[in-house]
Amino acid sequence: MNAVVTANGLSKRYKNTLALDNVSFQIPAGRIVGLIGPNGAGKTTALKAILGLTDFQGQLNVLGLDPRTQRDKLMEEVCFIADVAVLPRWIRVHEAIDFVANIHPRFNRAKCEAFLARTKLTSNQRVRQMSKGMIVQLHLALVMAIDAKLLVLDEPTLGLDILYRKQFYQNLLEDYFDENKTIIVTTHQVEEIEHILTDLMFIRDGRIVLNTDMEAMGERFAEVMVSADMAATARQLKPLDERQVFGKSIFLFDGVDQAQLKTLGEIRRPSVSDLFVATMKGTYA
Amino acid sequence: MNAKTLYWLIRREFWEHRGGFIWAPVITGIVFLVLNLMGIIGGEVFGSRNGFHFGPLEGQDLAAKIHSLDGHQLQEVGSALDLAMLSSSGLISVVFAFVVFFYCLGALYDDRRDRSILFWKSLPISDSATVLSKVIAAVLIAPIAVVICGVLTGIVMLLMFAIALSFHGVGVWSLLVLAHPFQVVGFLIASIPLYLLWALPTVGWLMLCSSWARAKPFLWAVVIPVALGVMISWFNLLGSAGFKSSWYWREIVARVLFSVFPGGWLRDSNFNHLGDNPESFNHFLSLSASYAVLAKPDVWIGAAAGIAMLAGAVWFRRWRDDS
Repeated sequence: MNAVVTANGLSKRYKNTLALDNVSFQIPAGRIVGLIGPNGAGKTTALKAILGLTDFQGQLNVLGLDPRTQRDKLMEEVCFIADVAVLPRWIRVHEAIDFVANIHPRFNRAKCEAFLARTKLTSNQRVRQMSKGMIVQLHLALVMAIDAKLLVLDEPTLGLDILYRKQFYQNLLEDYFDENKTIIVTTHQVEEIEHILTDLMFIRDGRIVLNTDMEAMGERFAEVMVSADMAATARQLKPLDERQVFGKSIFLFDGVDQAQLKTLGEIRRPSVSDLFVATMKGTYA
Repeated sequence: MNAKTLYWLIRREFWEHRGGFIWAPVITGIVFLVLNLMGIIGGEVFGSRNGFHFGPLEGQDLAAKIHSLDGHQLQEVGSALDLAMLSSSGLISVVFAFVVFFYCLGALYDDRRDRSILFWKSLPISDSATVLSKVIAAVLIAPIAVVICGVLTGIVMLLMFAIALSFHGVGVWSLLVLAHPFQVVGFLIASIPLYLLWALPTVGWLMLCSSWARAKPFLWAVVIPVALGVMISWFNLLGSAGFKSSWYWREIVARVLFSVFPGGWLRDSNFNHLGDNPESFNHFLSLSASYAVLAKPDVWIGAAAGIAMLAGAVWFRRWRDDS
């Protein structure tokens, strides 16, 4: 298993806050990793470190390169959409395509144009005349036409309406992703990307608090709907979280034997957002 | 960094700054021509109202007068025409200098402010190539556009005068032959490398501020050298004569802020009476005076300092982490 990203003891301190606190993780090739955490948890800092946009302590290896010293070479293999709507406002669609086509050795112009043909964008249009959703469409068209090994998306759909958001991830899955590519994505709209993720990473206060693939997550965590009379028994198994729905209690368990849980009630795989909320309890308190 | 990447980076600068690099010189040229045209028409109207006429009507034939000019006078006429051509370039290059000044201040700052730097940085472009492309655009390619505009404006202006005079039966076409348009063009083009060397300290300083400032690069770029100058002048006033403030204002402040204005290298040469003396004007056009400044270390020290500041700008471009 060849790792695309290997981080070892990664730390980053801004003036008086520790954005990353001795973080270590590995991301293998061909995965879609969701990096999820509350505001200010260190997600963007981690991504910036991977992209060579910021200095840090510790070791970080991306595609065999050090992002601090070999950034120019790294960017031929790595692509990112850092935020919504960061395309320069003066640029026209055809200028953006011409520029990337001539700068990037792995850009496929035909693919980009085919993708844009499915949108309302016209070749002479300037970014400043586009809606936020259209800007993201253009950016995605440029990025998807680049045959990169690693794609980093930092809140790519923030502020877009649901049609654009759905379409964004659908395009990414259908027309871009394959086993040679790796995608790291951060977002607050966890529900929308839940079904496309293969791996999950929770980050809190600069530390990775959960790092699992989706299958293992289904085995490790379980949500059980328990009727009132069994609730006391369930509580003895030390659930992560408990909430009430229609007079029944829903418990979230971490690492409790599933056979044992079955005696309590109906077992479900917890949603990522429920798991996230349970894990991050007390973050802002 | 390869030539193709650099070419497209420079093209990118012209896409973004078409208004400053191309339209500003063109519009200045047009305004210059319109002002001249207004002058000609004004002169005509004023002349006919007051019964004041050029040409054959005016007792002595101007054409005949031209024929009676001796060699030295003809040379003078030619030099005056060359100077007229240059004057259009002069006006355009003053406008251009303002464009370059503000271009350099924004070059490495504007995309940090609107965060589009994150897009540029997602492409495999080195920071040194980015900075280099901006320097080349500002002090090499844009001046070529200025020279072209300046020369075209100058030629159109001479033609306008020729046509106006020919309405009065004065055949000035023969006079136009006395001008040296190719020499003027050659002079302007040959001045570009000198301009590049001369402008480097200002370009370097402005781009350094542009890549470093978290806000208001203009303020930093101006306040730092001026505040230092005020301090030095104050110490001079107090009587500590270890360091001359006049030297500082002239060799540091003027060089880091105003060297984008073309022709600054001629400040030590004595060309105050160009129009009076065709020999001195020919000497001026022959470039030997301009290129003589290369014999002095000032230009080279300034250029080296400019390059050092540009290296600083590349470093800040790489590591400034605020978008």
